[in-house]
Amino acid sequence: MSAPRVGVLALQGDVREHVEALRAVGAEAVLVRRASELESVSALVIPGGESTVMARLARVFGLFVPLQQRIAAGLPVLGTCAGMILLADSILDPAADGEGVPQESLGGLDVAVRRNAFGRQVESFEADLLIAEDPRPVRAVFIRAPRVERAGPGVEVLASVGEHPVAVRQGSLLATAFHPESAGELRFHRALVAQL
Amino acid sequence: MSSTPQNPIDRSFGGTRVKRGMATMLKGGVIMDVVTPEQARIAEDAGAVAVMALERVPADIRAQGGVSRMSDPDMIQGIIDTVSIPVMAKARIGHFVEAQVLQSLGVDYIDESEVLSPADYENHIDKHAFTVPFVCGATNLGEALRRLTEGAAMIRSKGEAGTGDVSNATTHMRKIRSQMGRLTTLSEDELYVAAKELQAPYELVAEVARTGELPVVLFTAGGIATPADAAMMMQLGAQGVFVGSGIFKSGNPAQRAAAIVKATTFYDDPSVIAEVSRGLGEAMVGINVPDIPVPHRLSERGW
Repeated sequence: MSAPRVGVLALQGDVREHVEALRAVGAEAVLVRRASELESVSALVIPGGESTVMARLARVFGLFVPLQQRIAAGLPVLGTCAGMILLADSILDPAADGEGVPQESLGGLDVAVRRNAFGRQVESFEADLLIAEDPRPVRAVFIRAPRVERAGPGVEVLASVGEHPVAVRQGSLLATAFHPESAGELRFHRALVAQL
Repeated sequence: MSSTPQNPIDRSFGGTRVKRGMATMLKGGVIMDVVTPEQARIAEDAGAVAVMALERVPADIRAQGGVSRMSDPDMIQGIIDTVSIPVMAKARIGHFVEAQVLQSLGVDYIDESEVLSPADYENHIDKHAFTVPFVCGATNLGEALRRLTEGAAMIRSKGEAGTGDVSNATTHMRKIRSQMGRLTTLSEDELYVAAKELQAPYELVAEVARTGELPVVLFTAGGIATPADAAMMMQLGAQGVFVGSGIFKSGNPAQRAAAIVKATTFYDDPSVIAEVSRGLGEAMVGINVPDIPVPHRLSERGW
């Protein structure tokens, strides 16, 4: 069996770290900057970075609607940090542009997220995090991280900090507020590829 | 849901992974110098991945002369309050109290910058002593590795700030990359002398020799004024771009900023770079680096 082709949205962010994680779990990693590249993949990672920048570039380069269509059609997606924000149906404190238009998300995940929910960079942290149904903690790196403040009934919470979910799953979508790719943590990438 | 573990967790702040990780999230992006909240808003709208808050852009620092220092906290605060993207600010080389002030203001990254007047002609800031991460400039690999030893979590090639002349940016990026490439060709017993020549710790030199890369993100800076400049620096191996005077000293800052962002993402696609370069209006006027007397070159600051 040939390796599954998994895209990494490569508009901006820690793309290479995700490429390395995908290769480590046996997938073929493909950079996705254009709609044609999106068509060729059977799963996608939306990396860490700036959600405002990724949303804007996706819109400008004609990737936004194709991404929404693939997600709606059941494309398996892993989003980390900015990726979680882009997958969320609702952003509680969106950035607004000069005309007051709030930043967009792709949606698909029935959650409301708050950006930079843990504070600025000096409040960024790492910690061992317990996740559902796994005795081994995740070394979780939170960098100006978001968190989930409201989750719909179909959303499975995999991990929380205090009362706020920071890792969730709904159907084929998986999202973390932290960066598994920054600490050599492969379980989330493995779970993505296992769907294929 | 009841199976979800609660996490009253033990948080570790300001570790290497958190500091260096912050810079990896900026990769492929453009960090723009801004001097007012209005400019910060324009930069964020145009797709900046972060803004650098400062009182005068390098071109004005160069034109006006005098001692150049950390910006007014009110001005930095105003920018922090305006945008949702990360805010960086500059401290003078060696000025650890300016850095303490910037950290207390909540800036997301400190640039210990040669663009400001150095406060110490021997020592850089001990950056390990801070929770906030630092970016530092470098003209060559040895300088980059010395900054990492002091705790920098991100490196930018220096170029020559405030000129709009990309030639020193290319020189410094090529130098750093070729020195890294050379290290990968050396045998292990040659790395000791390489470390001596680079004036950098052996362990870091050996790490670069193994990977061919810095252990931190490498951006470019100093003279980038056009989308093509940004794309060339990316093709030369930069992982992202600082644009200082090049945006807000140009004829149409919003359009130029957006164009440089697009060219940085599609740095390897000339058709995109051509498209975004159309009708941008005037670039910043600029100064040719060879016309600047060597003692007045900012990249000579730092050691």
